Amino acid sequence: MKLRLLKEFIIEKLIFLSGIASILFVILIFTFLLKEGISFFKEIGLKDFIGGKYWYPISEPERFGILPLILGSLLVTLGAIIIAVPLSIACAFYISEVVQGKAKDILKSGIEMLAAIPSVVLGFIGIVTLVPWMKKVLNLPTGLTALSGSIMLGLMAMPTIISISEDAINAVPKAYKEGALALGATRWQAMYRVVIYAALPGIIAASMLGIGRVIGETMAVMMLSGNAAVIPSTLLEPVRTLTATIAAEMGEAVHGGLHYYSLFAIGIILFVITFMINVIADIFLHRNKK
Amino acid sequence: MVTQTASKIIVKQLSIWFGKVQALKELSLQIHSSEILSVIGPANSGKTSFLRQLNRLNELEANFRVSGEVLLDGEDIQKLSPEILRKNVGMIFALPQVLPMSIYDNVSYGPRMHGIKNRGVLDGIVEESLEASFLWDEVKQRLKESATKLSGGQQQRLCISRTLALRPEVILFDEPCSGLDPVSTAKVEESMLKLKENYTIILVTNNTKQAARVGDRSAFFLMGELIEFDKTQKIFTAPADKRTEEYILGKFG
Repeated sequence: MKLRLLKEFIIEKLIFLSGIASILFVILIFTFLLKEGISFFKEIGLKDFIGGKYWYPISEPERFGILPLILGSLLVTLGAIIIAVPLSIACAFYISEVVQGKAKDILKSGIEMLAAIPSVVLGFIGIVTLVPWMKKVLNLPTGLTALSGSIMLGLMAMPTIISISEDAINAVPKAYKEGALALGATRWQAMYRVVIYAALPGIIAASMLGIGRVIGETMAVMMLSGNAAVIPSTLLEPVRTLTATIAAEMGEAVHGGLHYYSLFAIGIILFVITFMINVIADIFLHRNKK
Repeated sequence: MVTQTASKIIVKQLSIWFGKVQALKELSLQIHSSEILSVIGPANSGKTSFLRQLNRLNELEANFRVSGEVLLDGEDIQKLSPEILRKNVGMIFALPQVLPMSIYDNVSYGPRMHGIKNRGVLDGIVEESLEASFLWDEVKQRLKESATKLSGGQQQRLCISRTLALRPEVILFDEPCSGLDPVSTAKVEESMLKLKENYTIILVTNNTKQAARVGDRSAFFLMGELIEFDKTQKIFTAPADKRTEEYILGKFG
């Protein structure tokens, strides 16, 4: 009897520990980032950092303005969302509502396989196919542009958005659809007036997860978007994202120098952005549940 | 010519298969205008398959096959578009299927889908339909609230209003009271009896007492076959077939 109670106690505490660990890790990561980045903010004000138009971390005098990087990240992300979200939702509907039988299984597992391709491989494929093609077709000085990055990132986000949206659409009670059809709805009317509506919270969550993946993605975007830290005016110019900056410069920054700390500061900004996306997604989900 | 006594629906030699299983075997019967036909029978007797054939919901299943004919006002339903057919032949399901939107939108959903946009006309249809199912007084103050907040019985009557809003000719009820308490059941039955004046109603039910209460004529299905089809009073007092009697008395099913 006592042994059983002891076992119960241990298991309970273990589960509690695993639960608390995930929260603890997030807090630890954030404090580490903050500790490394905070000394930078003491040197250069937050306003100059975020609002500054020039990123010349190793010239003399150094300039640490990350506005071009933030805009680069936003532009590439926005492009990727515009490409990926409508396509993914349409694809999810096709898989769950239109195609049947074996083709459905093949499509489903194929899309899940897509998610497993390493981003560096996708970046590589982009460099040898997409980039020269863009240069030729759009007659640009270089194919390494924000648009190239957006297209590739969009492709990368699609499997996540498709498979989660598809689950959400499948979870819509069959009764809703039959109810709509029994009222004389066409298949399409039943789909866009009832099924989409009922699956909306799931579709939004899926899109947010996709966006999260896009904004945090580093490798492919670094290979494809040209890495010029200037404020972009169109999608057809090279841009540099926050993530690519950290990845490209961490290796060469002098340990303990201002440049080194500035990269941590970028990390904080990135963390805040993704945190905000999550919060917005959460608010949306809860509002829809009511 | 369609006259008062003519049959609204004529079913000829109707057989239905799902894969290798035959759900309905060469069924023939006629349904009059302005009557309630109640269909009774144990599980797997083909009642629901029969009902779902009348508005062609069966064809949503992948491995479905059909032979025979169903005529609505003398016209083969397979030749109509399913959307038009389902507008004229409304259906109420076993579990109330309110759509996740407001009460008003639930009722106006059908008419809007079929192209009615005028707000005044829609308002009229909503009020009229809700009144016909005895729901108007209970919900008129809160038409904008979510329909999912209504009680089960209210939801079912909302579904009836939603179907009525399309001004159908035939209404199919698929065990409409199986999830309802006795008071709500009585209300639904009351509205059915009222609706019968203007509509042809086919009621599939597992509740033989309900069939006896509201049906003008009754059909007894067993294993996909029509065993007996007669005036409700006759079926429940002096059935011709022994199996009908046994089912009604509760010996099986």
